[in-house]
Amino acid sequence: MIISLTIILFCQLVGEVIARGLGWPVPGPVLGMLALLTILGLRDRLKEKVPGLGRTLDSTGKGLLAHLSLLFIPASVGVVQRLDVLAAHGAGLVAALVVSTFVTLVVTVVTFVAVSRLSGSSMAAADEAGVGEKP
Amino acid sequence: MSDQAFSLWVYLSQTPLLWLVVTLGAYVTADRISQVFGRHPLCNPVLMSVAAVALVLWTTGTSYPVYFEGAKFVHFLLGPATVALAIPLYENRRVVLRALVPMVAALIVGSVTAIVSAVAVAQVFDMPRSILISLAPKSVTAPVGMAITETLGGDPALTAILVMLTGVIGSIMVTPLMNALRMKDWRARGFAVGLASHGIGTARAFQVHSLAGTFAGIAMGLNALVTALLLPLVLAWLIG
Repeated sequence: MIISLTIILFCQLVGEVIARGLGWPVPGPVLGMLALLTILGLRDRLKEKVPGLGRTLDSTGKGLLAHLSLLFIPASVGVVQRLDVLAAHGAGLVAALVVSTFVTLVVTVVTFVAVSRLSGSSMAAADEAGVGEKP
Repeated sequence: MSDQAFSLWVYLSQTPLLWLVVTLGAYVTADRISQVFGRHPLCNPVLMSVAAVALVLWTTGTSYPVYFEGAKFVHFLLGPATVALAIPLYENRRVVLRALVPMVAALIVGSVTAIVSAVAVAQVFDMPRSILISLAPKSVTAPVGMAITETLGGDPALTAILVMLTGVIGSIMVTPLMNALRMKDWRARGFAVGLASHGIGTARAFQVHSLAGTFAGIAMGLNALVTALLLPLVLAWLIG
C-alpha cells in the first residue's frame, strides 16, 4: 500500500511540476492523472516480466475514491466565513445554481446521447463488445 | 468551566487532532445516515457533514482558519484522489475510447452552458461583478475553480461554497431527472453529472453505478481543463 501511495503522490508531484514549471493553466493533479494512466499502461506491458508490479495500486486508489465526499468537507465548511454574502444575495445565487445545474445536466446528457447515436458508439455497441459493466 | 478543563480545551482546539476527528466523525455519521435512507439523494453526506461541522464551530466559537489547520490533512487528499481517477478510467478504457466523439461534443457544449447559464441568471438579480466572477466556475472541482476565480479578481472562498452547493444540487437532482428523461445510458448520465457537479456529482455517480462513476470522473477532469481555458473568454463576452 505504501508503494501505491508513493506512486500516486509521485504522479501528482510530476503534474504540479509540469503545470507550474511551464505556467500552464491546467491543474497539476489532472496532469498527474495522465501520468498514472501511463504507468498503468506500462504495468500491463511488463506484467509477465515483473510479476506483482503495482499489484495494490488498484485497491489503494479505489479506497481513496470510495470516500471522495469526505475530501470536500474542509473546503465546504468555509461557508461559515461568507454568511453575509449569502444573506445579501442568497436567493439569486441559489436560483442561478439550481437553474444552471438543471440546464447543464439536460444539455450535456442530450448532446452525449444524440452524438453517440449519430456516430454509432451507442451503449448497445459497448455491451456487445462485452466491456465495461462492473458490479 | 474549571481551569483544568479550560486549559485542556485550549490545547485541544489548537491541535489538528480535534478537528480531524470532528471532520471524520461528522462524515462517518452522515454516511451511515445516508446508507440507512438507501442513499436517498436528499440525504447528501457532504451537506449533512458540513452542517454538523459548522454547528460545532459555531457552538464552540472556533474560527474557520483554526478548524482548517486540522482539516487540511483531509483537504490535501483531494489531489491524490484526482490522480487516482486514472484507475477506473484505465479499467474502462475500451468503453471510454469508443465514446470519444460524444464525450468531446458533450464536453464543449456542457462546459459553455454551465458558465453562461449561471452568469445569465445572476445578472437578472443584478449582482456585483466580483460575485459574477466567483460564480462562473461553479461546475469545476474546488481547487481549480478557486484558482480560476483568484486569477480573474473574484472571491475564492465564495467560489468554494458555490462549488460545494452546485455539487450537492447536482447530486440531488441527477437521478430523478435522468429517470424522468428516460436516459438509460450510464455513460451519458455519469458524464453529465461529472461535468455539471464535479467531484460531489462523481461521488454520487459511483454510488449509483461504477460505469457512470467512471464517466463522471472523466467529465470532471476534462471540464476542469476546458473551463480553465474557456472561462476568461466567455466571461469577457458576457460581462465585458
